[in-house]
Amino acid sequence: MKLKHIRFLIMGVLFGIVLSKGEIISWYRIQEMFRFQSFHMYGVIGSAVLFGILTIQFIKRTKLKDSEGNYISVSTQDPGYSRNLIGGSIFGLGWAMTGACPGPLFILVGHQGWVFLLVLLGAVLGTFTYGIFHKELPH
Amino acid sequence: MDKIIEFIQQPWPWWVSGPLIAYVMFSLLYFGKGFGISTNFKTACCMLGSCKVSDFFCFDWKDQIWNLMFISGVIIGGFISSNYLTPDTSVAISPATIADLKAIGIANPGASYIPEEIFGTDNIWSLRSLIFLLGGGFLIGFGTRYANGCTSGHAISGLSNLQYWSLIAVVGFFIGGLIMTHIILPYLIAL
Repeated sequence: MKLKHIRFLIMGVLFGIVLSKGEIISWYRIQEMFRFQSFHMYGVIGSAVLFGILTIQFIKRTKLKDSEGNYISVSTQDPGYSRNLIGGSIFGLGWAMTGACPGPLFILVGHQGWVFLLVLLGAVLGTFTYGIFHKELPH
Repeated sequence: MDKIIEFIQQPWPWWVSGPLIAYVMFSLLYFGKGFGISTNFKTACCMLGSCKVSDFFCFDWKDQIWNLMFISGVIIGGFISSNYLTPDTSVAISPATIADLKAIGIANPGASYIPEEIFGTDNIWSLRSLIFLLGGGFLIGFGTRYANGCTSGHAISGLSNLQYWSLIAVVGFFIGGLIMTHIILPYLIAL
């Protein structure tokens, strides 16, 4: 561990507070979203993406460099309908069940305590299972 | 100072939280990293020695230390928020959601962040809670690795970078979420 890694810890603290106070970690907010009964979650994700688009366009147009002096590159995602639709749907099932995507799961450990470590355990087991069978699956 | 704390202690509107999430993504990019939380599950498998059984887990986990630091901070942020910044943990969800959830057996929708009957410490050794916790977690871990990303990688970073395949993944997130919410969830809650 290097000292400069502390900056990521601080960013994590900020992220944890933002998602807590924005109620994005609430099971009920996720239910509301999947029932289309409130604008709240669409406002959060929509405004994050809108500001994200502006940010990334700014980075690309000004050829911004990162703290190490390298050009910032934003990674692209893996192509494939099977992988993204089937994998995405499986994740969506879990998201609606637990009311949390991976970021909020970690926040909920700090918020609610050790119960959510069981969800993290499940997630590590799921990731392990994917790693064992990934060559068998359509991508 | 008290006034500031009081102001922070209210629930934050979407137009505060959303732009701050984009700011976190920008900070990570500025320090040469990509926003991706679910990658930490893969790192955990690698650290636990899964490389012996699948080459999917063979990489140098030390490259991900920054991300492990990030999620450690995320847990601390949740703790700070819960203990110091959230005196009232009720969530003002819409009356329609309250009615729908009462109809499928949730006693006090919106009374706190999570339904106590499923995720409360008193009830977790029931079959229903273990299915929600371990089963839900399993689907998250399997699905995010299959799609190679979760909400941070696909919905926030991918859509911000105008990636077609991230849009398809987000469509998938909603297909799964809608099936669970409207078809499967009432049966699971009735267990």
